[in-house]
Formats: sequence, C-alpha cells, structure tokens
Amino acid sequence: MNLTVALARMLIFPGLLFAVPAAWFFLWIERKATAMMQQRIGPPFMQPFFDFIKLLGKTTPARSGVSGLLMKAWPLIAVSAAAGAVGLLPVLPTSGGFQGDLILLLALMEVPSICIIAAGFSSRSIFAEIGSAREAVLTVSYNIVFLLAIVSIAAAQHTFRLEALAQLPSTPLRWLGVAAILVCLPAKLHINPFSLPNAEQEIYSGPMIEYAGPELALWELSHGLEWVAVTGLVATLAVPHLPAWWLDALLFIACSFGVVLLLSVLGAATARLAVDTTARFYWRCTLLFGVLAISSTLLMRLRS
Amino acid sequence: MCICRRRSPWLFHMNSGSCNGCDIELVASLTPRYDAEQLGVRLEGSPRHADILCITGPVTRNSVHAIKTVYEQVGSPKAVVAIGSCPASTNVFIDSRTLDGPLNRHIPVDVFVPGCPPRPDAILLGVAQAAQILAEYDTKAPLVPTASATNPMEAQP
Repeated sequence: MNLTVALARMLIFPGLLFAVPAAWFFLWIERKATAMMQQRIGPPFMQPFFDFIKLLGKTTPARSGVSGLLMKAWPLIAVSAAAGAVGLLPVLPTSGGFQGDLILLLALMEVPSICIIAAGFSSRSIFAEIGSAREAVLTVSYNIVFLLAIVSIAAAQHTFRLEALAQLPSTPLRWLGVAAILVCLPAKLHINPFSLPNAEQEIYSGPMIEYAGPELALWELSHGLEWVAVTGLVATLAVPHLPAWWLDALLFIACSFGVVLLLSVLGAATARLAVDTTARFYWRCTLLFGVLAISSTLLMRLRS
Repeated sequence: MCICRRRSPWLFHMNSGSCNGCDIELVASLTPRYDAEQLGVRLEGSPRHADILCITGPVTRNSVHAIKTVYEQVGSPKAVVAIGSCPASTNVFIDSRTLDGPLNRHIPVDVFVPGCPPRPDAILLGVAQAAQILAEYDTKAPLVPTASATNPMEAQP
C-alpha cells in the first residue's frame, strides 16, 4: 500500500468522507432506537448533523487554571485516531491492506479511550477526574476479554491481516470470538449497562465537562467514528465472503446496522451498573469467554 | 447555521431556590408524553455544553453568585428561559428578606414562562421561542447579552 492509496483510504473511502455521515447516521439510530423503546418519536434524522454544526459555531468560555493547548489537542488526536481506524476497515473486499493491520486497528481504536482519560485529568474538574478514573477501570476490565478474543480469532486463522480474515470461511471458534467481542462493545462505546464514565445523573458529563463549542463537537464526532470502527470490525469478522463485491459491501453495511440496533436496544433496556459490579462482571464472567476461546485455539493449533 | 441553532437547543437546568414544582414539570416535558427530543432538546449536565439556561425558583440570596457564574459559563450564543412565576415576580415569597429576585435584576432573561407551575407544553413553547432567538443571533456582532424580554409582572400597572 503506497502513500496515495493510504491517504485516499483515510480521507475518502472508507475514511472521513464516508465515515463522518456514517457516524452521524449511527448516532441518530442510537437515539432514535432509544426513543422508540420508550414510546417516544425521537430526534429528526438530521439531528447529529445539526448538533455538530451548532457546536462549531459556539464560543468557548474561558477556562481558568487549565492548559489550553493540551485540552485542545486531545479531541483532535481522538478524532484522527478513530478516522484512521475506520480507514483500515475492508469494506470493499479487494481494498488491499497489509500484514498486521489488525494490530494497528486495535491500537488506533484504543486511542480515543486514552484521550478521554487524559482529557478528564487535564481539565482539573473533580467530576471529570472521577469520570476519567471510571473510564480507566472500564478500559482495563473489558480490554482483556476483547484482546483475547481478537488474538484467538487471528491465531485460529493464522493471520493478522483484516482482509484475509474477512475472506476466510468462518469457524465455530470465530463465532465464539465474535460473541466475546460483542460482550465488550457496550463498555467500549459507553452505552447503558456500562455508561459509567459519562453517568449524567452522578457526575454530570464526566471527562467532557469542561469542553465546549468546537472541541465538544470533535468529541461527539470521535464517539460516532468509534461506533463506525467497532461495528465495522464486527461486520468484518462476522459477514461471510460472497462472490459479488456489491453484495459483500451491502451485507457489511447491513451487519453494522444490525449491531448498532442491537446495542441501542440493549442500552435502552438496561440500567447503569456500579463500577465495582462492572469490573467484577468483566473479570469473573466474561473472562471465561476469552480464556475458552484462546485455549481452544491453542489446542487446535497443537493438534494440527 | 441558523437552522442548526434552532433545531438543536441543549438545555441546562438550574434551580435557584425553587419549590421543585417547576423542576418536575421541566423533567415531565422530556418524558414520552411530551417528548422534547423531537425539537432536538437535550438536557445537558454541564453549562458549557448548553445553549439555553432554564432557571426555576425565586432567586435566593445564596444563589445569586451561582447564577452569575453559570451564566458566564454558557458559551455564546445563549438564551435564558425563566420557568415559573417565581423568577418573574418572586411569587408568594415576595418581600422575603432571604430573596434577591426577580431574576432579570441579575442576568438578561429572553423568555418568561409564567405559571405555578407552568404546564410542560408551555415550557416547550418557551424553549422553542428561545431557540428562535438563538437562530436570529448575529454571529458577527460582539458578544453582548441579547435584548431581554420585558418581565410580564413588571409590565402590569
């Protein structure tokens, strides 16, 4: 993959130009599904776009005692990392890729969480610091299972290349891995049973509390791009390879849409868990998933 | 930009010594029966995220400083909606020595929603009017407070 192709993938398809409308669409689906679960009508279709443009046009009130440059840098880093992660997804089956791009994708998907933690601590607000501490606990909890699942999938198919993973036939082992990833997604996207870092009723907006105007718009965008990246990853692993490229792309989008709908319904149907319950859930219950996946993969490799 | 401002008003709710009646009605306007999210309304946790400041209560002495601080924290363009009769006239608490009301002595108020408490539909109407004020805000103008509404209680002879 040369530089022009990489830039085109990051900026045009499936990067920013495609991913930003997709991010807004997913954010809308999340809000609309929640509203419909509560028998409301919910926001209009263009709502995330309206919110973004409005936030861009607002001024930022002065913050006292806070390093301004650092605060401005975190949302930018988060957005660019999330856009890079989306750019790596193989939406079109013949889109290239390189050996090890799965590892890069995982690293880039982790950057927004780290940025949120750092932003909360650098804003020096007590609510933001509590939110950041919760986010850190959450990250440590779900990532073990998440990474074990990904490693088991990659080890079972002998490749760390996304496109190869998308084209290989799926095995029962891979479905176990996808299930483990799905369990981690609500925590990764901060939706309801694990919406600890931005628990509005307890700590207001959590790490985002000191952000306003364009910076807040960038945070919303990075959250939307995270949605696109993680649902795209699930779709890559779950969708079977089809002969026609357009059918493949269509199924990819349909699968992402299904995952978004599933997660929104889960978010609307559940209440928030406390931080110790969340950590216990991931360390005790779902770790079993990850260990099962990785041990069966290792056994399979030893036998073959 | 005008359409976006009108269609996406985010609220910050502040209680300045209210009896909780108006606060409950404000929350009721977000429930499935009234569904303020159709207008793009989101109740935000931080005044920095908000466009419209919803203030309930007759403005006690202790809350004056907090009201001014929160008003400064809202990014421009912003609007203030005074919910209930208390911020407009201090209502039944008039002449109390613990009060420093009405609200428009301290910050410019754009929309008054009278009532004790006002119905959720009236609150939604007030928010929609405030969103219209935001949409008409001139972005090139210097950051001065917008023209405030006349207090309905003071206008009476």
